[in-house]
Amino acid sequence: MIKLRNINKTYYNGAPLHVLKGIDLEINKGEFVSIMGASGSGKSTLLNILGILDNYDTGDYYLNDVLIKNLSETKSAYFRNKLIGFIFQSFNLISFKNAIENVALPLYYQKVGRKTRNKIALEYLDKLGLKDWAYHMPNELSGGQKQRVAIARALISKPQIILADEPTGALDSKTSAEVLDVLKKVNATGMTMIIVTHESGVANQTNKIIRLKDGIIEKIEDNSEHALSTFDIQNIK
Amino acid sequence: MFDLDRWHEIFITISRNKLRSFLTAFGVFWGIFMLITLIGGGRGLENLITGQFNDIASNSCFMWSSRTSEAYKGFRKGRWWQINNRDIAIIKANVRGLDEISPVITPWSATENNVVRGEKKGTFSVQGNYANYDKIDKQTMTFGRYLNDIDVQEQRKVCMIGSRVYEALFNRGEDPIGQDIRVDGIYYKVIGVGEGSDNINFTGDKSEMITVPFTTMQKLYNYGDNVDILCAMAKPNVAVSEIQEQIETILKVHHSIAPNDKQAINSFNLETMFMQVGYLFLGVNILVWIVGFGTLFAGIIGVSNIMMVTVRERTQEIGIRRALGAKPSTIMTQIMSESFVITAIAGFLGISFGVLILQMIDLGVSSDGGETTVFQINFFTSVVAALIIIILGTLAGLGPAFRAMKIKPIEALSEE
Repeated sequence: MIKLRNINKTYYNGAPLHVLKGIDLEINKGEFVSIMGASGSGKSTLLNILGILDNYDTGDYYLNDVLIKNLSETKSAYFRNKLIGFIFQSFNLISFKNAIENVALPLYYQKVGRKTRNKIALEYLDKLGLKDWAYHMPNELSGGQKQRVAIARALISKPQIILADEPTGALDSKTSAEVLDVLKKVNATGMTMIIVTHESGVANQTNKIIRLKDGIIEKIEDNSEHALSTFDIQNIK
Repeated sequence: MFDLDRWHEIFITISRNKLRSFLTAFGVFWGIFMLITLIGGGRGLENLITGQFNDIASNSCFMWSSRTSEAYKGFRKGRWWQINNRDIAIIKANVRGLDEISPVITPWSATENNVVRGEKKGTFSVQGNYANYDKIDKQTMTFGRYLNDIDVQEQRKVCMIGSRVYEALFNRGEDPIGQDIRVDGIYYKVIGVGEGSDNINFTGDKSEMITVPFTTMQKLYNYGDNVDILCAMAKPNVAVSEIQEQIETILKVHHSIAPNDKQAINSFNLETMFMQVGYLFLGVNILVWIVGFGTLFAGIIGVSNIMMVTVRERTQEIGIRRALGAKPSTIMTQIMSESFVITAIAGFLGISFGVLILQMIDLGVSSDGGETTVFQINFFTSVVAALIIIILGTLAGLGPAFRAMKIKPIEALSEE
C-alpha cells in the first residue's frame, strides 16, 4: 500500500535543515499505525510527504503502486482528493459552510452533483451520529463534533489511507477517547490509518508504533497487544 | 459552463462581507457612472452648440468693408471704401473653388414702426438678398416660397417675412401670400413666410426680418451699386480660407488697398468657428475620457485590492480546499469569478444608472420641443463600456487569483 524507499528531505530556509535522512517504510493495507517522535523529529514532514502536501528530495514513494514523485499541483490535488483523507488537529472545517457542506466538499471537487453529494454526506454524518447536526455551522458544534465532521469529510471520498495529524490534540480526554474510538471503528472496516501523535495514550491504541528520531526511524514496535504503558516515562514527551 | 455550485460559492463569499463587497462594488459603479454621464454630457453639450449652426453652411464666409489702415497708391489711410456689384462679377469669374457668391444689403438700423399693414405695424429689419443666399443660410418656409432669380432680375417688389413679422402683421391662420405690406414707405407683396429660428444668425434674427430682392433694395434704398456684405460659399472639399484669400486679393487690387492691410476687410469665417468649437470639444472629450477612465480605474484597483485582502484572509480556507483536492485552476477561477461578478454587477448598474440620469437631463433640456435626444450615449458606446468592464473586472481578479493559486496547502494549514 505505502512504500517509502530512502526518503530524504532538506529545507533550505537560511541554513539547510536535513529533516528526513533516509526513511524506509512499508505500511500494508488495513494497518493502524501511529508515528511518534519529539518535535523536530520530522514526523510532520513525513506526514506531509505521505499526504502529497509536500515534495521530497530523493528516494521513492509508492502509494497504491503509483510512484508519487515530482507531481504537478493539479496532479497532486487529484491524488489527494482520490487517495487520501485528512484529519487535522484544528479540524480545519470551513467556517462559513455548514456540516453537510463541509463533508461534501471533496465530492464537489470530484464534480459530483449537489443532490448526490449532499445525500452521501448525510449518510456519513449519520454513521458518525451527527445527522441532527447536519445543517449546523462549525461554530455551533463542540470540539468532538467538529472532529467527527472532519472524519466524515475524510471518509467521504473513499480514500486509500487516512492521515490524522494529532487528531485529539485539541480535545479533552473524554472526547479524545470517543474520537479514537471512531477512528478504530473506521480502521476495523479495513481502512489504512496513520496517526501522527506525541501522546503515548493515543499511540497505544494503534497496532504499530513508528518512532522517529532526528529524521530517521528509531524503531518500529508491534503494539497489537496495546501493552504500551501510559506511564512509561521514556515515552512521554 | 453554467455551474450552479460555483455561483453559489461566489454568492456566499461575496455576501459574507456585505459592507465591504458593497463599498468595493460602489467604486466600480461610480467609475462607470461618471464615465457614462461625462460622455453623454459632453456629447449633449456638443450637440446643443453645434445645433446652433445647423442652418448656416459651414463652408461659407462673410466679408464687409471697413476703413483702410495703410496708405497705398497715393491714398491716405483711414479711407472708406465699398464693395460693389462689379466686384461680385469679377469674383464670380475669377475665384477658383467658389460655389456661390451672394451679396447682401442690410441697413444696420430700422426706423420705429417701419413696417405697416392696415392697423398693424411693427419695427423690423430689412435685408436685400439674392436667391442663392438660401443655400448659405437655409430658411424653412411655413408659407409660400423664398426669393427666386426672376424676382431679383426684374427688381420685383416682393418680400419674404419672418415668423415674428407674420405674427405682428397678420391674424393667426390668415394666408399672407399675395397681401401687400408697407416697408419704409414702399409696398411689397408677400410671397412667403420663413420660420426663422432661435439659432445664431450672422445677419440678424431671421424671424424678425423682411427679405426683399437684392436689386430692388439696392435701387429703392439708393445704394447705387454698393454692397454691404459679401457672402461666399466654397465648393465641397474646398477650404473656405482658400476662396476667402482669393476674394480678399481681388478686392484689394480693385480698390487700391495695401496688400498688407489687415483692417480694410472684415470677415467672418464659419469654418474657423467650426474648427474652434471642434477643438474645444475634442479637449472636452479627452478630459472626459481621462477623468472618467481615471475614476473607473480607481474603482477597478479597489476591487483588485480588496480581492487581494480577501485572498490573504482566506489563505487557510484555500489551503483546506487545496488539501481536499481543489486544483489550482479551480481556486483561480473562483477568485476571478468573484472579482468579475462584483465588477460586472456594479458596472452594469452604473451604465444603467448613467443612462437613466442622461435620459432625465435630456427630458429636461428638450421638454419645450420634441427634439431628438442629444444628452445620451449611443448603443455602441454602452457596448464598449460593458466590454471594458468585463475586461477590467477579469484583469482585476488576475493578480489576486495568481496569489491564491500560489498558496500551498501545507503553508496554509500550518498558519493558525
